[in-house]
Amino acid sequence: MVKNQNDPLENLAQIRSLMERSSRFISLSGLSGVAAGTVALIGAAVAYIYFGLPVFSGKNEYYFEVIKNGNWGMDYVTFFLLDAAAVFVLALAGGIYFTTRKARKKGYKIWDALSQRMLVNLAIPLVAGGIFCIALFKNGAFGLIAPATLIFYGLALVNGGKYTLNDIRYLGLLEIGLGFIGLFKPGYGLELWALGFGVAHIVYGIIMYNKYERN
Amino acid sequence: MKHLLDKLNDTKLDNRIRLGIMSMLMVNDWVDFGTFKEMLGLTDGNLASHMKVLEGEGYVELRKQFVGRKPQTSYTATVAGRQAFNDHLAALEALLKGD
Repeated sequence: MVKNQNDPLENLAQIRSLMERSSRFISLSGLSGVAAGTVALIGAAVAYIYFGLPVFSGKNEYYFEVIKNGNWGMDYVTFFLLDAAAVFVLALAGGIYFTTRKARKKGYKIWDALSQRMLVNLAIPLVAGGIFCIALFKNGAFGLIAPATLIFYGLALVNGGKYTLNDIRYLGLLEIGLGFIGLFKPGYGLELWALGFGVAHIVYGIIMYNKYERN
Repeated sequence: MKHLLDKLNDTKLDNRIRLGIMSMLMVNDWVDFGTFKEMLGLTDGNLASHMKVLEGEGYVELRKQFVGRKPQTSYTATVAGRQAFNDHLAALEALLKGD
């Protein structure tokens, strides 16, 4: 199996590869990011249409109009829940599909101690964020919900990044930054959300794909 | 140069598979037998004999647990094992630098 036992360069390369493969889940595909970003952009676009909003305008007055009357025969709470659930399910499905495909191509396992550890570490900030957003909603702080999802999602990526490709941490920091802007510019929650979950995911996904998967 | 090569051959880590086992233990607290087998592509017997060497050298410690009804053996690197790995790595690096 091994021709040159003591070739130091080969030994070092093997050590590096084993350390990475045994401690990090490296099958996460960049295409997952592209798929999630595309779905998020569509979800944001649907929300714009629902509210009848012009892009990039201070738009509290529009919100109040639709919040009072609803649109398309449903009130805004039902609409947001449906829109968010659809985005979440489709993004997750895309992520699982492309990641499974990458793992299969490389002959790695998809459901093992490593992927479980990554998911648990992603889930802790996400669940905390979800509960926090419910509290914001109950207290009527609607404008803070979009930035809060960005911040907690960013924290989840920074946390989970320790157990998968490290690059994901930078995406996490970016999401947190966008969330902070949103906290102090509440009228632009939807634009920042589209930027963070849509554009950032797509750009990140393409970078990751080119870095790790082409060839 | 001669001295370095001696150092490399001195340790039980001159073997590619044992070096691989130790690499995995450097970044994980505990690794079970099955994961080693899979990651390194070894048979039960082959892996067990390499583990015996590392155990005999005091580089790894093992723990037996029941997962459900199945016994599972996991390994961790000892302080001596970590030291030996780091020394071996330093020797490899020095060799690469040309002295």
